[in-house]
Amino acid sequence: MEKGKALARRWAVEFTEGTAATDVPDPLGFAARSSLDLEDANQSRQKKEAEANWKSQKAWEVAQSPFKNLMMMGFMMWMAGSTVHLFSIGITFSALWQPISALQSVGKVFEPYKDPRVDTLAPKLLFIALNLAGLALGVWKLNTLGLLPTHASDWVSSLAPAQEVEFAGGGFPIY
Amino acid sequence: MAVRASLFFLFLLLCSLLAAALYEDQVGIADWHQKYIGKTKQAVFHTQKAGRKRVVVATEENVIASLDLRSGDIYWRHVLGKNDPVDQIGITLGKYVVTLSSEGSVLRAWNLPDGQMSWETSLEVLKPSKSLLYVPANAGVEKDNLILVYGGGCLHAISSVDGEVAWKKEFSLEGFNVQGISQPLGGSIIYIVGFTSNSQVVVNKVNAKTGELLNHNSVAYPRGLSGEALQVSSDLLVALDAARSSLVTINFQASDISFHHMAISNLVQKSFVTVSLLPLNVNGMFAAKVDSTVVIARVKDTGELKVTEKINDPSCVSDAILLTEGQEAFAMVQHADNRIHLSIRVNNDIATEILKESISVDPQRGHAQKIFINNYVRTDRSHGFRALIVMEDHSLLLVQQGAIVWSREDGLASIVDSTVSELPVEKVGVSVAKVEENLLEWLKGHMLKLKGTLMLASAEDVATIQGMRLKNSEKNKMTRDHNGFRKLVIVLTKAGKVLALHTGDGRIIWSVLLPSLRESDVCDSPIALNIYQWHVPHHHAMDENPSLLIVGKCGQSSDAPGVLSVVDSYTGKELNSIMLAHSIAQVIPLPFTDSNEQRLHLIIDRNSYGHLYPRTPDSINIFLREMSSIYWYSVDAEKSMIRGHALKGKCDLDSADEYCFSSKELWSIIFPSESEKIATIATRKMNEVVHTQAKVNVDHDVMYKYISKNMVFAATVSPKASGEIGSATPEEASLVAYLIDAVTGRILHRVTHQGAQGPIHAVVSENWVVYHYFNLRAHRYEMSVIEIYDQSRAVNKDVWKLILGKHNLTSPITSYSRPEVVVKTQTYFFTHSVKAVAVTATAKGITSKQVLIGTIGDQVLALDKRFLDPRRTLNPSQAEKEEGIIPLTDTLPIIPQSYSTHSHQVEGLRDIVTIPTKLESTTLVFSYGVDLFFTRIAPSRTYDSLTEDFSYALLLITIIALVAAIIVTWILSEKKELREKWR
Repeated sequence: MEKGKALARRWAVEFTEGTAATDVPDPLGFAARSSLDLEDANQSRQKKEAEANWKSQKAWEVAQSPFKNLMMMGFMMWMAGSTVHLFSIGITFSALWQPISALQSVGKVFEPYKDPRVDTLAPKLLFIALNLAGLALGVWKLNTLGLLPTHASDWVSSLAPAQEVEFAGGGFPIY
Repeated sequence: MAVRASLFFLFLLLCSLLAAALYEDQVGIADWHQKYIGKTKQAVFHTQKAGRKRVVVATEENVIASLDLRSGDIYWRHVLGKNDPVDQIGITLGKYVVTLSSEGSVLRAWNLPDGQMSWETSLEVLKPSKSLLYVPANAGVEKDNLILVYGGGCLHAISSVDGEVAWKKEFSLEGFNVQGISQPLGGSIIYIVGFTSNSQVVVNKVNAKTGELLNHNSVAYPRGLSGEALQVSSDLLVALDAARSSLVTINFQASDISFHHMAISNLVQKSFVTVSLLPLNVNGMFAAKVDSTVVIARVKDTGELKVTEKINDPSCVSDAILLTEGQEAFAMVQHADNRIHLSIRVNNDIATEILKESISVDPQRGHAQKIFINNYVRTDRSHGFRALIVMEDHSLLLVQQGAIVWSREDGLASIVDSTVSELPVEKVGVSVAKVEENLLEWLKGHMLKLKGTLMLASAEDVATIQGMRLKNSEKNKMTRDHNGFRKLVIVLTKAGKVLALHTGDGRIIWSVLLPSLRESDVCDSPIALNIYQWHVPHHHAMDENPSLLIVGKCGQSSDAPGVLSVVDSYTGKELNSIMLAHSIAQVIPLPFTDSNEQRLHLIIDRNSYGHLYPRTPDSINIFLREMSSIYWYSVDAEKSMIRGHALKGKCDLDSADEYCFSSKELWSIIFPSESEKIATIATRKMNEVVHTQAKVNVDHDVMYKYISKNMVFAATVSPKASGEIGSATPEEASLVAYLIDAVTGRILHRVTHQGAQGPIHAVVSENWVVYHYFNLRAHRYEMSVIEIYDQSRAVNKDVWKLILGKHNLTSPITSYSRPEVVVKTQTYFFTHSVKAVAVTATAKGITSKQVLIGTIGDQVLALDKRFLDPRRTLNPSQAEKEEGIIPLTDTLPIIPQSYSTHSHQVEGLRDIVTIPTKLESTTLVFSYGVDLFFTRIAPSRTYDSLTEDFSYALLLITIIALVAAIIVTWILSEKKELREKWR
């Protein structure tokens, strides 16, 4: 997205250069504006189209980027194994955290490609879907590590033992 | 998740060592060990060899010990077995202590300086009888002295050099009871005098060299003899006649036995009720106790008696010691207020006291019960005396020159029961007077310390500084600590004395000889039974003191009336004492307290009536409300049955006692008496806390523990195999273990071990039982574990229902619902025989358990419960290993580092008590026998606190360094940013 911004600014710079060239005022009755306008409009439309094209292309690229991440994460998880220790816990929590933070900043990620002519909804949806898949992977890993309370045992352990209604005492007589 | 976390923790544990031992320099930081000997029965001094001032004592706890006369420290000590009581003790050849034990069947000689056994001889005993040891006086050390031992109808002559039996003579006469053995000086003839059951006086003359019977003479005494007799000289015997009204002097060395008889009423010139003979060992004299007066009389050669002195109300009289030729001295103790008067008299001038001393004694020591004296020659050639006095509370004092030189609290060797009390809460606001006193003390202390640092302190000052340091050190403070390590262990001894020991160093905070448990006119022979917590204040912990209930009874019989006594646990003051009108068969502390936080106790008497204490209207209201759910059971070992009872209502006795309740029998389990005999029962401790009711398997499956405080473990053995190990063949021996519900009488589980026999030691905790017995087929000891699970709760498996709380797992349960149970069992070999078994207890019950085993070597072995897990298999899967399941082995391992007593031995170990602390990971362990040992153990290591060797300085330095680094980098970054902006 940094790249895209820089490109846009360069266009603007060229534009100011163009105005700088017309420092000298036109002579009276000079009506070249219309032709220039026509040419100019043509040029700018082309330019805008290219920009839109480029923007949508980039948006798709950005939308697909979590996939790489996903593969990477999957490999790391496979490496980490299924026993609970520092490494596997770290990997799992980063696998959970990355999609969540990415999901939080969906709007920001697609901000540079905002254009009335560009449809960013589809890439956004893909981006969200891929991140959700990443999240699901993280949760699945959490489960394989056994850190999810999905068993009855996880809920029963914290219950205090039941009270007894009756009380009985006694034993050998003390004599 | 919690389970997972705990599993993770367990995994960490697995990675670490299994045993948590301590380093050598950590010994004594958290533990203390005290050595005792018990109530002294007999003492012999040996000061003939100058330089070694020692006394050898034999005690009621079957201990033989050599004590330093200057300090009372133990030089050496031997604890004989429980079944090997020491009867007689003597010194021979000036270098051996000879002890006769086990009713005259074992004679041992111990080397005096170091206590090594030089020889041991077992003697044949035909029938149990009184035993007599006759060690001839030092007639010449070089000569091979013969020791004469009479026991069980046999007279043995044993060489004192090597313990060889020189000769043996049987006296197979029916009912023959030896009263005296005498060997006239230098003579080769030994006289053995005894009575038969039909009042015949029998005199046997035996050749001292060969044991040949020279002469046998017997004469019947027409008036009959009571069997009580004293040998007053080498040829005279004084006996009580059958009516106990007159004294008979018997001269047995003459050719025919002559009697001389004299009425006691003539001697004392008044009527009397009781009479008994006191051994005095003064040649030609004897003492008789007539009512409360001691009469000292001289026996003339003709057999006539002459009263030389009458002394009123003496406590005890010592044996005589030889001062010079023909001059013998003996001591006598009298009581007045808190002082004891010691007087010493000599035989040729009985009326005058050659020494009279008055010593002030702690009133909590009671009366003097025994006295042993010893003399020494002063520089001015006169005789000095020292006296060893055994007091009523079994303590031992050495008195010399009118002062107590040392005292030993030997009552602690015979602890009957123990409990624990919290210490006072540290008070924030202290009264002005206390501050002033403290200020002075504080100034004094600092002056002393200054002196110490400037090397000006004298030895005394150094001792006070040391004492102050000890007193001020964290573990010895007299207030409650954050971790709950500091407590008072309150013990009740056989003598009826209650002592409070500080857990920090084992010092005695207070001691009280309970007046209600002392011999008096109302209570003839009191017996201390149990100690319970009576009042534990929680609401008013600042201004109310906790108190204890001490239960005793008067007399041996089962219908003897009970005695209750309430004692303040901070001060030891007796707050209240009641002499009960009923007997005590059982004391049941109920799980209820009244509005004053006094615990309700139900005392069951012999006739199955229940009596409620405390006797307040409040307690009876609470009790009546809960009465329908209170049950009790009684175990009758003789009839081999267990009976369950419920309380019915008010007593149907004549007296209108509100606090008395009658009970009805609900159920009974009768074991077949020809094949089963109740050997032991065990129950869970009342104060045990269980954290969870679920046991999670490897596959996340839940098993619900059957946690019931009403579960009783009972073990029976076949009557033939109830004796010692080896007395029965494997075919006729069997052991049956039962798990019984004490409310309904339902047998939850029953298992038979063929070819197994007792002694059985069992411990119950949570939902499991561990028991120890002997396997006759394998010739080894075994330990079995039974875990019991509630199958009827296993349906609670739906996660959603559990999340939403739609389950009945925490609702109260009743035994009448007859839950279906399943058990898991496993058996392992165990190397040691066992004296006691206990289990660790923690505040919340989260920490894993250890089984504490008192081994035959008098040590306490902490064995992880994980070794006694019935889920152990030969090849546990990876998941099982992760969970901490140890591969199955046939024998339980004994890891030397897991002895919680480390290098100490708790001689004569009888019981192990575990006390939870506030810190969940830690348990206090108090084990007692003849010795006391206290320590602190953490079954899963101290996971909830930093270890004592944790470097706080390093932590602090790290934190400071990190903070400094943060500040420096922040400043640097600020500067850099500023530079960037200017650019």
